[in-house]
Amino acid sequence: MSATIIALVGNPNAGKSSLFNQLTGLRQKTGNFPGVTVDKKSGTWTIDSNHTATVVDFPGVYSIYPKSLDEQIVTDILANPTHPDYPDVAIVVVDASNLHRNLLLFTQIADLGVPVILALNMLDVAHKQEKEVNAVKLSMRLGVPVVRINARTGEGVEQLKKAVLNHVEQPLPANKLFFDPGDEVAGLITDTKTQYQLANNYLALQYIIQHDGFTFLNRQQQVGLDTIIDKHQFSERKFQADETITRYKRISKIVADTVTQKRGANQPTWSQKLDRILLHPVWGYILFTFVLLLIFQAIFAWAEPFMDAIDSGVAWLNGKLKESLPAGPLTDLLTDGILAGIGGILVFIPQIAFLFLLVALLEESGYMSRVMVIMDRIMRKFGLNGRSVVPLISGVACAVPAIMATRSIGTRRDRLITILVTPLMSCSARLPIYTILIALVVPSKRVLGVFNLQGLALMALYLLGLVSALLAAYVLKGFLKTKERSFFIMELPTFKLPRWNHVGLTIWESVRSFVWEAGRVILAISIILWVLASYGPGDSMEKAEQQVRQQNPTLSDDELQNRVASERLEASYAGNFGHFIEPVIKPLGYDWKIGIALLSSFAAREVFVGTMSTIYSIGDGDEEGVTIRERLRQERNPETGGPMYTPAVAWSLLIFYVFAMMCMSTLAATQRETKSWKWPAVQLVYMMTLAYVTAFATYHFLK
Amino acid sequence: MRKRSVADLTIGEKAVIQSFDDESLSLKLLEMGCLPGAEVQMSGKAPMGDPICLNVAGYRLAIRKSEAATIIID
Repeated sequence: MSATIIALVGNPNAGKSSLFNQLTGLRQKTGNFPGVTVDKKSGTWTIDSNHTATVVDFPGVYSIYPKSLDEQIVTDILANPTHPDYPDVAIVVVDASNLHRNLLLFTQIADLGVPVILALNMLDVAHKQEKEVNAVKLSMRLGVPVVRINARTGEGVEQLKKAVLNHVEQPLPANKLFFDPGDEVAGLITDTKTQYQLANNYLALQYIIQHDGFTFLNRQQQVGLDTIIDKHQFSERKFQADETITRYKRISKIVADTVTQKRGANQPTWSQKLDRILLHPVWGYILFTFVLLLIFQAIFAWAEPFMDAIDSGVAWLNGKLKESLPAGPLTDLLTDGILAGIGGILVFIPQIAFLFLLVALLEESGYMSRVMVIMDRIMRKFGLNGRSVVPLISGVACAVPAIMATRSIGTRRDRLITILVTPLMSCSARLPIYTILIALVVPSKRVLGVFNLQGLALMALYLLGLVSALLAAYVLKGFLKTKERSFFIMELPTFKLPRWNHVGLTIWESVRSFVWEAGRVILAISIILWVLASYGPGDSMEKAEQQVRQQNPTLSDDELQNRVASERLEASYAGNFGHFIEPVIKPLGYDWKIGIALLSSFAAREVFVGTMSTIYSIGDGDEEGVTIRERLRQERNPETGGPMYTPAVAWSLLIFYVFAMMCMSTLAATQRETKSWKWPAVQLVYMMTLAYVTAFATYHFLK
Repeated sequence: MRKRSVADLTIGEKAVIQSFDDESLSLKLLEMGCLPGAEVQMSGKAPMGDPICLNVAGYRLAIRKSEAATIIID
């Protein structure tokens, strides 16, 4: 019995993910459900010494009738017993403080014929509302095992194990259907059951109502179902409404029998009192602005000591290695190539960790859904949706998960527009670029006592990204006409204290994937770049060196070394590439060295800083232990003799990176999510054009 | 005269849901516990009066004003 599959199903906010973490701990992985690109979180649960099970965490839903793309997967699997993820047992997590609404989904899943266990969660919340749930009675009324759990503390997991084992060893006979469509539309159900060899009346009804979304049915089977619907003149919507009402009627009776409520139901809870402030026309927005400011303050100011420590640590190691290893091309590759590249990645861990920490806290506490509410009205004006806020805010971390998060937006057009504009939000890969360039041209001064001027400059860039995302959405709204109706119906969860192990897991996952996924690419490109920058066509590099030595016989040793190194770089393969594209980027104020960095970061913008580190440490003679920031500051413009990184050049680069679509992974995500090549192409062209034009304007305005 | 809907409620006011005048929207609202005969209370409004927050079926639901206008109360 090693292949036991257990599905976790439940309403959003019922505590499903908490239970998932309790059961699987660190032994989880994220993948895709086969055939569709919906995130699948699964993990291993050791039930006892003889039994392990694979636990699959399904997307949170209110009913088995999907409202959005990611919800569709739930019925698509639970209605298809041949699916590889079809569970042996489904644990339906139910919020005891709102038994009434939570039982709707439960009864539907049980009726589909899936073996179920009801995990009664949040009894402590119910208790605070002076509600007591009688689990024994509930179990008798529903005819299924009911286990009282506390998903946050792990209470009840032992009993859950027993219930699962009982189920696996001795499956309970199927119950009488809670709602039997055979009572209402017998002819339709019988026809469907015979034609599709089904045993379950409710499953047959799902074939009828949901067949367009069932990926396991072929075209012919779907058409066959349409024929049955026509034959019986079946009205799907009317029937679905009746089903929901009938179920709720029966659920009401069960709830009345099993729940005792001492206090009047409608007294304002502290959650509601808090909402009066959070949703307030003035305080709501002030608070949200304050939260955003806090995020930027954390990313820039609080992360800085950690970053400086990593930065100087890498520089120190680099210097030590150069001292102790014999000089030669291998040492150079290790120090200037690999270590410079790795340093460029590691230094951003503090910022990414802070960013994900704060975003996770907002999600965990329930504040994020308040933000959706206060932003919906504004978002709607731009062709977006209150739910677009989550992708847009996650876009500050990374556009790829952000684009995947748009699946919760039910309307097609709102979703497409959100996908197209999300990459304009400045992601964490831009952060390294911003940090270094801002540090070059913006003094680190305090303003208004608390805010750092560099932090404010950073925030301005993020705001620019946000504003342009909104404007782009507005323009797209004009192009994409639709008859489909946009909607926004959302539960406001009660406020909760964050679960620190959850937050910790999120941070760990994001840092790990940044270092590992981005790191591999950056490392590979750093090495290739080092080779290209250290070798040139034929003996061009030697010639360049000789020329420098002949022309400048009087220079001191140090200066000569530097001059030689930079001339050699210019004569190398990388230098040739840089010179090749210089005419295109000259109008933006960039030289060939920046050109190399632009080219190498075309597929992944985070490579930019790594490239700069590599280029400048090669063109740096033998100075040891100088950080990339200092090195950029020292760089001279050969034409003017002044600093290369003037405010005009730095800001032009900053603006370029705000807009430029330099990320293959994002384009791939857009392609996957829109199932078309047209939209990633549109995204690439409009963002690149925007980047070039604005960078050009910035450079000439500031020059 | 047009029938009153949930969108017409003032903050704190309670009413009983009678019917819906948008079929596709009503399916979603029903599932979320907005049933004919259920009591709703307007618990708050987002800035600019839209979306609105309702107390219904023992929890809080945020919906747009235009959507609330399809829930008829008398």
